[in-house]
Amino acid sequence: MLSIKNLHANVADKEILKGINLDVKAGEIHAVMGPNGSGKSTLANILAGRDGYTVTQGSVSYQGQDLLAMDPETRACAGVFLALQYPVEIPGVNNVYFLKAAYNAIRKHRGEEQVDAVKFLGLVKDKMKLVDIDTAFLNRAVNEGFSGGEKKRNEILQMLVLEPRLALLDETDSGLDIDALKVVAKGINALRSPERAMVLVTHYQRLLDYVVPDCVHVLAAGRIAKSGDKSLAAELEQRGYDWVTAGASA
Amino acid sequence: MAKRASDVEKLVRSEYRHGFVTDIEADTVPPGLNEDVIRLISAKKAEPEFMREWRLKAYRRWITMQEPHWAHVQHSPIDYQAISYYSAPKTQPQEDGPKSLKDVDPKLLETYEKLGVPLHERAKLAGVAVDAVFDSVSVATTFRKKLADVGIIFCSFSYAVQNHPQLVEQYLGSVVPYSDNFFASLNSAVFSDGSFVFVPKGVRCPMELSTYFRMNAANTGQFERTLIIAEEGAYVSYLEGCTAPMRDKNQLHAAVVELIALEGAHIKYSTVQNWYPGDANGQGGIYNFVTKRGDCRGANSHIAWTQVETGSAITWKYPSVLLRGDNSIGEFYSVAVTNNFQQADTGTKMVHIGKNTRSTIVSKGISAGRSQNSYRGLVKVVGAAENARNYTQCDALLLSNQCGAHTFPYMEVKNPTAKVEHEATTSKIDDDQLFYCRSRGISAEDAVNMVVSGFCKDVFKELPMEFAVEAQGLLAVSLEGAVG
Ligand SMILES: Nc1ncnc2c1ncn2[C@@H]1O[C@H](COP(=O)(O)OP(=O)(O)OP(=O)(O)O)[C@@H](O)[C@H]1O
Ligand SMILES: [Mg+2]
Repeated sequence: MLSIKNLHANVADKEILKGINLDVKAGEIHAVMGPNGSGKSTLANILAGRDGYTVTQGSVSYQGQDLLAMDPETRACAGVFLALQYPVEIPGVNNVYFLKAAYNAIRKHRGEEQVDAVKFLGLVKDKMKLVDIDTAFLNRAVNEGFSGGEKKRNEILQMLVLEPRLALLDETDSGLDIDALKVVAKGINALRSPERAMVLVTHYQRLLDYVVPDCVHVLAAGRIAKSGDKSLAAELEQRGYDWVTAGASA
Repeated sequence: MAKRASDVEKLVRSEYRHGFVTDIEADTVPPGLNEDVIRLISAKKAEPEFMREWRLKAYRRWITMQEPHWAHVQHSPIDYQAISYYSAPKTQPQEDGPKSLKDVDPKLLETYEKLGVPLHERAKLAGVAVDAVFDSVSVATTFRKKLADVGIIFCSFSYAVQNHPQLVEQYLGSVVPYSDNFFASLNSAVFSDGSFVFVPKGVRCPMELSTYFRMNAANTGQFERTLIIAEEGAYVSYLEGCTAPMRDKNQLHAAVVELIALEGAHIKYSTVQNWYPGDANGQGGIYNFVTKRGDCRGANSHIAWTQVETGSAITWKYPSVLLRGDNSIGEFYSVAVTNNFQQADTGTKMVHIGKNTRSTIVSKGISAGRSQNSYRGLVKVVGAAENARNYTQCDALLLSNQCGAHTFPYMEVKNPTAKVEHEATTSKIDDDQLFYCRSRGISAEDAVNMVVSGFCKDVFKELPMEFAVEAQGLLAVSLEGAVG
């Protein structure tokens, strides 16, 4: 589904990604771990089409298409979803209105009928139960004044409503209390299916206790320094990153 | 970032949708202005003597005045002798307007249909009474009868001059005197028509009242005059909408609006102004020089101005409130959008005179293209105004690197018990917000509209429901291709 080949990218003329290779197949969940500043968010943002990054080498193909050539909205319509590490506040824009606009934009792209407000509200309320968000959040401005944990739950809600094919979750488990962590895990597991793939950027083993990944990668200094199965995460929790990164930065 | 900027640039190139011309024979006075022209206008309208004399006094004052140049706008000199001061569709009965819609030229009705303002009373705008002004004359006022049943007078200004002369004489010029300023004096001399509203004591107007201004004839000016009087305890919500055909010459629009709120009265005045702004190169468009002032004459009275300004080549407009009654309230909510080469210099004046008076100013300026958008506001608290309160919030949003946003807040506080607060922000449209929308599948264009609408929320929520939707639509049109 997703194939990243020798991806190099700069931020403000500094090389951050130095040759990433990663293959993610439908049905798989990959965890990406690694020290702060190693380039995890950079990778996720580039995949979603955020500005401010310059790809200098390499390619990314998504379902056989050149992902890097697509607009962010085209990627979203093709099923790519990024749960941001720092979800953005949009003052004055109603949360449910925003979500409905997104939902209908994607439907329109697929040539499907637009869904009216009443029908959409029913759909959202069902999903909200799953992530345990109070309906009062629907009528607040997008992420405005939401607590850190509420913003993360809202990202999961959006993911559940938009039902992406490829979900990239950038530290959606950070800063969550234990109940919220379970809720986020529940949301992720609810979407897990043979047609879908997910890439979870995380610092903690604890999420992986609830969402068992197929592969675990360590990103260090702009490269994948090590890949393994779920036991790698446990080992990292025990030993830290030094033993992996020692070789990578050389 | 540069990449997204150019994406957004594409979005702003939009066409003015109301730019068609109605092919109708008009009775147009030759260009030029002198006392004879004024007498002619007055005679065409069969006005009583007081009206003609008032016009002449205003004209004599006007010729002694200089065109003001303090606003942050630039335009080539206006040749006031090249403008025609009166134009009326020939088919329109001249004396006192059509008796019913049956008397209205079908071409005119069609024009308003095209503009989305159907004049048929049972049509889409049910519940909104409309007065339609086409060039210099009022074409039709709907629902007049139903309003009359509760004692409300809603009619064209000319009709009021003939049928309610004592009210006109009592209130006309009592808020904006004929000597007030250059454009107000010009208007007082030559105004052709407009709307008149009188809501008697204790009456709550049962529907939204609305006037729709349409400038059709070329080389004419439009000088309408609106007078709204709300007696003790009365309430009225009034909306004004405007469009004009696309022409490559500039057209002048110099209106005067006077609002009078007696004790306990509440007037809400909302404007959605979408005059032709000129083309993408700055050719043509309306010069909109308007004087709007409300007088909270009685205690506990309340006047609120809400405006959404997306049109005109140049806008010069400062709806104001004189807070004379004790405990009176003045509000000003404004969204001003400028794109391409548009220039807007707009804001408000709140003059605190009575005790415990309060005013709120919320101004949202959005600039795109190479436009210039200025907020100019005055908060004045006179010595006797105990416990005056003002809160001003001025936010500017920039959608391009070549546009300008300027804030000129003036304060004159003569009473130490006054509390005056001013907050101002200027920011470039947020790339992260746009990305966030787009990453959810929302197109770049819709993302801009969404973020800008959110920015304007505090103003849109003050508009009557139907018009809030229209305003949002207008915003989308005027911003097409706006970011860069
Ligand atoms: N706009 C920018 N200008 C300069 N440097 C940047 C910019 N954005 C990111 N960087 C740098 O790129 C590097 C990688 O950042 P990135 O956010 O991808 O790290 P990360 O692996 O997600 O870290 P964390 O675990 O802390 O979230 C960091 O050194 C960061 O400072
Ligand atoms: Mg990160």
